[in-house]
Parts: sequence; C-alpha cells; structure tokens
Amino acid sequence: MTPIITTRFVNLFYNEFQALKNINMAIMPNTVTALIGPSGCGKSSYLRLFNRMNDLIDGVSITGDIMVDGEMIYSKGIDIVALRRKVGMVFQKPNPFPKTIFENIAYGLRVNGVTDKKRIEEKVEFSLQQAALWEEVKDKLKKSAFELSGGQQQRLCIARALAIEPSIILMDEPASALDPISTAKIEELIYELKRNYTIVIVTHNMQQAGRVSDYTAFFYLGELIEFGDTKEIFTHPKDKKTQNYITGRFG
Amino acid sequence: MKFSINSVKKKELKQWLAFNVFRALSVLVVCILILILSFITYHGIKVISWEFLTSMPEDGMTKGGIFPAIVGTLCLVTGSMIFAVPIGILSAIYINEYTKASFFKRFVKLMTNNLAGIPSIVFGLFGMTLFVKTLGFGDSILAGSLTLGLLTLPVVIRTTEEALKSVENSFRHGSYALGATKLQTIRKVVLPMAFPNIITGIILSIGRVSGETAPILFTVAAYFLPKLPTGISDQVMALPYHLYVISTSGTNIEESRPMAYGTALVLIGIVLIVNITANALRKYFSKKVKMN
Repeated sequence: MTPIITTRFVNLFYNEFQALKNINMAIMPNTVTALIGPSGCGKSSYLRLFNRMNDLIDGVSITGDIMVDGEMIYSKGIDIVALRRKVGMVFQKPNPFPKTIFENIAYGLRVNGVTDKKRIEEKVEFSLQQAALWEEVKDKLKKSAFELSGGQQQRLCIARALAIEPSIILMDEPASALDPISTAKIEELIYELKRNYTIVIVTHNMQQAGRVSDYTAFFYLGELIEFGDTKEIFTHPKDKKTQNYITGRFG
Repeated sequence: MKFSINSVKKKELKQWLAFNVFRALSVLVVCILILILSFITYHGIKVISWEFLTSMPEDGMTKGGIFPAIVGTLCLVTGSMIFAVPIGILSAIYINEYTKASFFKRFVKLMTNNLAGIPSIVFGLFGMTLFVKTLGFGDSILAGSLTLGLLTLPVVIRTTEEALKSVENSFRHGSYALGATKLQTIRKVVLPMAFPNIITGIILSIGRVSGETAPILFTVAAYFLPKLPTGISDQVMALPYHLYVISTSGTNIEESRPMAYGTALVLIGIVLIVNITANALRKYFSKKVKMN
C-alpha cells in the first residue's frame, strides 16, 4: 500500500522559532493516526501542514517535501482550494457558522459550485447521517446551529467537513472542549469513518489516542520521537521520553 | 496576621466614597442630557406643527416653516452616505482582511485616525477649494455631500474595521478549511456576521453628518432659499445652518427665537430617531445573522 501523506525532512519556523525539526513520516490510507505530545511540541503545527492552514499565520516558513495524495502540496501553482476540498478539517472548538443547521452543511457545497437544490438537500441529509446527527436534528434543520449542544455542534462540523467528500480528515483535538458522553460519540464516529477516510487526529488524551488510533506519533519539542503501531507505542515504547509521556511522568 | 478594625473601617469608607462619587457623576451626566432635552423641548414644542414641518419659511424666517431645511438635510445625509459607505466599507475590508501587519497598514491606519481628528471647518475649507472651485461643482448638494462624506469616511472605516475584527478567526478558518476562497469567506461568513455593527456605525455617522454645520457652510448651505432642490447641482438649506442663521444673523433674531428652538428640536428629533433605529436594526440583524 502506498502512503496517502508523506513528509520528508520537514522543518517549520514561526519567524525565528523552529516548531518542527526534520519530520519524516508516512500516513497510510484508511487508518487513524494520532499525534500526541505535550503542549507546544509541534503536533498541531504538523497537522495544519496538510491543508496548508499554517499559511494563514504571519511569519510561517516551511522547508522539506510534503506529499498528499501524490501531489507536492507546497510546490508553486498548487490549487489550495482544491487541496482543502480533499483534506477536510475539524477544529478544537466547535465553530459552526451563525447560520441554520442546513446552511452550515450546504455552505461547503455552495462555495464549491454545487447549485442544484435537490443535490444539496440529499447531501445535507447524507452527511448528517454519516456524522450520526440526523436523528437529532432532522426536525430542526432551519434552526440556528448555535442552538445545538457543544457535542452536537462538533458533529455538525464533522458533517460539514464530510459533505464536500474529502479523502482525508484532520482533527485538531476535536473532543477537548466536550463532555465525556459527547467525547464518546465523537470517538465512535471516528471509528466508523475510518472505513472511508484517512484520519489524522491531534489529541492530549492518551486513552483517546489508545482507543481510536491505529498508529501513534509522539512529538516532543518539535521532533518526532517515535512513530508506529499504537499498541506497540503504548505497550513497548522504544524511547524513554515516549514512555515517560504516556505513563504521565511529564506533560 | 491581625487586622485592625480601624483599617477595615477605613477600607469600607473608601469603598462607600468611591461608589457614591461615581454614582453622583453618572447621575450628573444624565441630568445634563435631560436638562438640554427638556429645555429645547419646552421652548421648541410651541412652534412645532404640521405646518412648521411642511411649509416654507416666511417673513424673514420669523414665520412659516422649515420644510426646505429638512429636505436639504435629508439630501445631504443621503448624498454623503452614498459616497462614504461603499468607499469606507471596502477600504475597511481591504485593511482588515487583505493587508498583513506591515508598514503600509500602519500608515493607512494612522492616516485614517488623523483624518478623523481634523476639525470639521477644515473639511469645509477643503471642500470649498476642491469641489466648489477647482472641480467647478459650485455651491451644490454634490459639493456638500462629498465634503460631508469625506468628514465621515474615517468614522465608517473605523467602525467597519472594528466590526470585522470582532468576527472571530475560527469562523474564517472554518470557511477556508471547506475550500472557500477569501472572497467567498468575506462575502458569506465575515460580512454577514459583521453587518449589525457596520449598520450601527453607518447610522451613528448619519447622526453626526446631519448635525454638522461647518463643512456645509461654504459648500452648499443657503441662507434663505424657499424652494426645494431639483438636482444635485442646486443649493439647499440645511437644519444646522438654518439654526445658526436664525439665531445669529437673521433679520429679526428676537422674533425668530421660537423658530430656532423649533428647528433645534427637529434636529435633535432626527438624530434621536436615527439612533433608536440604529439600535433596533442592530438587534434585528444580530438575530437574523444567527438564523441564516
């Protein structure tokens, strides 16, 4: 199997500060990869490379090769809009638009040129079902998304990302602002989505990484310390730092 | 550690003093406002009638109405907004959404802030030189509107900028992450969210424009012109200038005094209505934004 994301010797700087150092990693399709590590270790910066979200921050510079789905996404002339259609993202804090539940999902379709009403309606329903939210909201699609609970909002954001049919979904601590029940629902969802999507998830929660992911990458001070099978990492970490972190000795 | 009862008492006294001084001062502010309003209303209400609002001034402006001045002010407000609103909003979008932190951005901001600090009479002089003389518009609604527009442009830019800034970045990022372009993000996410506050800014600047005298002094305002304008190159009377005229240089100041109070009341009334509308519109749109 060929990896869907490959990074080679990737360095990332915020002005003078080096946030990522020589990261080499390959992510396989239809797997869940967890990025773990203490705050400021670079895991979120690494995640945001894949849909070029770092571009929005002033003073960022990047070196190295980043290949997504066979394309060098930092080479000149790349279509960032097309890239972001292929690589969806779910943020730490649920950020639905101040629109109706329906419009929140339709938005992504509309900005990508879908105008057919029927198709949008079908797609909205399908995405909400995929995100396991349909049953809860089918009678109030015209209501504001802000009326939903935090957990429902986050699933709405996942549905919104799914609607434009990405192949990769990036999740930046998607459950860190949610209660345990909502968290469990999100984790279930991740497990379901794995069949059709490649998921890369940043998490602070060790148990979560252990529960949802196939592979785990441990970052520390901008370096990739260890990357491998989640079970391996959690039971037989090769590096002392990994062991200390997953057993809670620092973080 | 032991606290002496004395020091506690002292603290309480200070607290009490501070609270009451603050309260007294805010009551004072409200009193001043009420005083002005009731003073004007008391003197002005006597002359207010349907006739006063809808007829031409007569007898050296000691009788009749202020209809042309009301129409003139409305023309000038509309004209200045047609000019200031699009330019102001578009520049604010450019400054806030497109430019990165740079010397240019700081420079533009500094200039906008300075523009806001220029006394309005200077705008009047500038408007006269540029629009009335150089561009040859003459004393006209066009020249007056452009001058007033220039005056209020920084207000529109700054309130719009603040409105755009108050839209959290997480919404922009959410939109980009779905493959939206910058323009789509601004049009469909940022602007609708900033809209209520932009409206407030516009309406507050309408309030300011309708009360300005100095900028229209040399650019459009007519001393006495008992007919309605027929085009943008006509002169008009305007409420603030009319008020100035009949209270300082009318033919019979004593006799036109009640008219002056009446005019002032109408002017205050317009500004008040505009402010109330601003609030209502903002509330309406903030609700609507969440629904759509």
